[in-house]
Amino acid sequence: MPVKLTVTGAAAVAHAMRQINPDVVAAYPITPQTPIVEYYAGFVSDGIVDTVLIPVESEHSAMSAVVGSAASGARTMTATAANGLALMLEIVYIAASYRLPIIMPVVNRALSGPINIHCDHSDAMMARDSGWIQFFTENHQEAYDFTIMATKLAEKENVLLPVMVNLDGFITSHGVESFEMLDDGVVREFVGSWNPKYSLLDTKNPVTFGPLDLFDYYFEHHRQQEEAMTNAYKELPRVFEEFEKISGRKYDFLDLYKVDDADYIMVVMNSTASTAKYVVDQLREEGHKVGLVKPQVFTPFPKKEFQQVLNGRKGVVVLDRAMSFGKEAPLYSLVKSSLYEVASRPSLGSYVYGLGGRDTTPEMIREAFEDVLQGNLIADEQRYLGLRE
Amino acid sequence: MVPNIRDIVGYVETHDWGFTQGHRLCPGCNAPMVANWATLAAKSMGYEPVVAAATGCLEVSSTIYPFTSWNVPYIHNAFENVAATISGAEAAYRSLLNRGKIDNDKIKFIAFAGDGGTYDIGLQALSGAIERGHDFVYILYDNEGYMNTGNQRSGSTPPGADSTTAPVGKSIPGKLQLKKSIVDIVAGHEGVYAATAATAEPWDFMRKMQTALEFKGPSFIAMLAPCVRFWRIPDDSGPEVTKLAIETKYWPLWEYNMGVYKVTKKPKTFKPIKDYVAKLGRYSKLMKRQDANEILEELQNYVDAKWDRLLALEEISKDKPIRTKI
Repeated sequence: MPVKLTVTGAAAVAHAMRQINPDVVAAYPITPQTPIVEYYAGFVSDGIVDTVLIPVESEHSAMSAVVGSAASGARTMTATAANGLALMLEIVYIAASYRLPIIMPVVNRALSGPINIHCDHSDAMMARDSGWIQFFTENHQEAYDFTIMATKLAEKENVLLPVMVNLDGFITSHGVESFEMLDDGVVREFVGSWNPKYSLLDTKNPVTFGPLDLFDYYFEHHRQQEEAMTNAYKELPRVFEEFEKISGRKYDFLDLYKVDDADYIMVVMNSTASTAKYVVDQLREEGHKVGLVKPQVFTPFPKKEFQQVLNGRKGVVVLDRAMSFGKEAPLYSLVKSSLYEVASRPSLGSYVYGLGGRDTTPEMIREAFEDVLQGNLIADEQRYLGLRE
Repeated sequence: MVPNIRDIVGYVETHDWGFTQGHRLCPGCNAPMVANWATLAAKSMGYEPVVAAATGCLEVSSTIYPFTSWNVPYIHNAFENVAATISGAEAAYRSLLNRGKIDNDKIKFIAFAGDGGTYDIGLQALSGAIERGHDFVYILYDNEGYMNTGNQRSGSTPPGADSTTAPVGKSIPGKLQLKKSIVDIVAGHEGVYAATAATAEPWDFMRKMQTALEFKGPSFIAMLAPCVRFWRIPDDSGPEVTKLAIETKYWPLWEYNMGVYKVTKKPKTFKPIKDYVAKLGRYSKLMKRQDANEILEELQNYVDAKWDRLLALEEISKDKPIRTKI
């Protein structure tokens, strides 16, 4: 029987990892990811899992070690945040290009500088073109569920891509909340065993991993990575369906909240969606036809799903918890470009909020909604919520 | 057990080499000897080597897709992380063995890296992997510079040797700093087997390789392996040059085992360091300078002092390991 646990988001993720019981976990502590590693080290120390834990000396080595481990055919995980992800980044690209199904919770945190340990999505956005699948999760339940689904998706033979499961630093990682934990046996059966086709440890059939890939093949290999992303997009509905069977929880590329008859829609990722849902409820009570779209899958970007849900609406505001200096904010830019092909484009607004952990209140969310309700949107203007001008 | 030449020759006649022909390393390069001998030592002892390599000449010249010269499992990740990569592979091996997913207990992990990937950018990953006690053999092929990118100085480049980022010029006589004593740095981790080797002494290397493979934990062998191009020496003279390096105290052969130092070759007489320097074209610009003798004298004093120190360490550490476990 599934049980309700009231714990931090970090503990929820650590429990997902415990149930998956990967062969190898290599990790370095970094705020606010640290408690995930600490919980997991505790599970190893107490003999609750028999994972081999590599307490590496840096995140660069964490990602390097998981590449070595995953290439050896071991089910492998790590976790990181912000500057840790930045330090890993060189190898993050390499992991994807070697088609290694590594799972990595990323506890979203602002990137230095100046140094700031609180939540925003600049770390995830830095890695958005690295070839990893990226999930974004609103709360403990989703962080837990997507960690399990990530394992299932990553290891599909036509996918073989690493996956980041993003959760908000402190808000989700350190906040205490209830979530439903599945039975250990159910999770174990769902993820199954991992039997890769090629392994570094197969000495009878030696394989060379990571060769020099010059101008005559590099291009084709990157084209194959794109193919794998397309396959991930096709496989995801199946993973969602299978997961629904064991959990009763239905997931999709986009979490849609009160959008059926909505004229005005807000797009926002992760924990802020909870606040936005609260504001949507308030505005609905006041008679406004508003709704919310929360992308749970960011890479591969669910362009078609965005087109279907946003086509013909009157106004759409996109909230980004990251900046893309000198360019449009990352989520906004993707949503906007996906609307190029729709029959009836809504008016659009871009809002940057919550950088470096700046508190995002219902009033701020309401401010963005009021702009759209009043027809006060300028597609080319980047606005800010909660910024002291 | 010292490896037996007959066994090894017999092995070569009946088995595949770990590192085969078809690579595109320069004629006279000493790196393939290192790769050949190391995998041969492991295979002739009945082990199945799994190899990781750092970015460098050996890697870019041996794995040009879709070809590979590696007849054993091989992984290249990046420049600075071969020790971390092999840590992951070794941990995966332990985990999969423990879980009964594989049953091959013959695997031995061997990492190869040049001096740039070891003394400089790779030092942190190497230190971390040794401290954690992973069971692997790390082989440094030391050609004293970034030869793959065209002869730039590294933390291993000796003073006075011409390199493109520390050239011997009109006002500055090339690199001013001495090279790091990498084996001492590795030995500083204590729970380790560490040794120097040179391409002139294959049997000394084979014996050390055997100790390293049987050592339960991290081991490290620094092999002086000239780059004939940028050392400006004839193609066929690499081993001859490293022989001279041993005979001039420039590159003493020694080993460190959990605190115990041992000098593995003690020449009866030594040649002056000048003989070694004169042999290498990369010092020719230095030799034309007025202060050449001063620099040579400094170098001579340094290698003399290092040698005396090594003998003293051997003496005081005899039968006195500082650690009994990793």
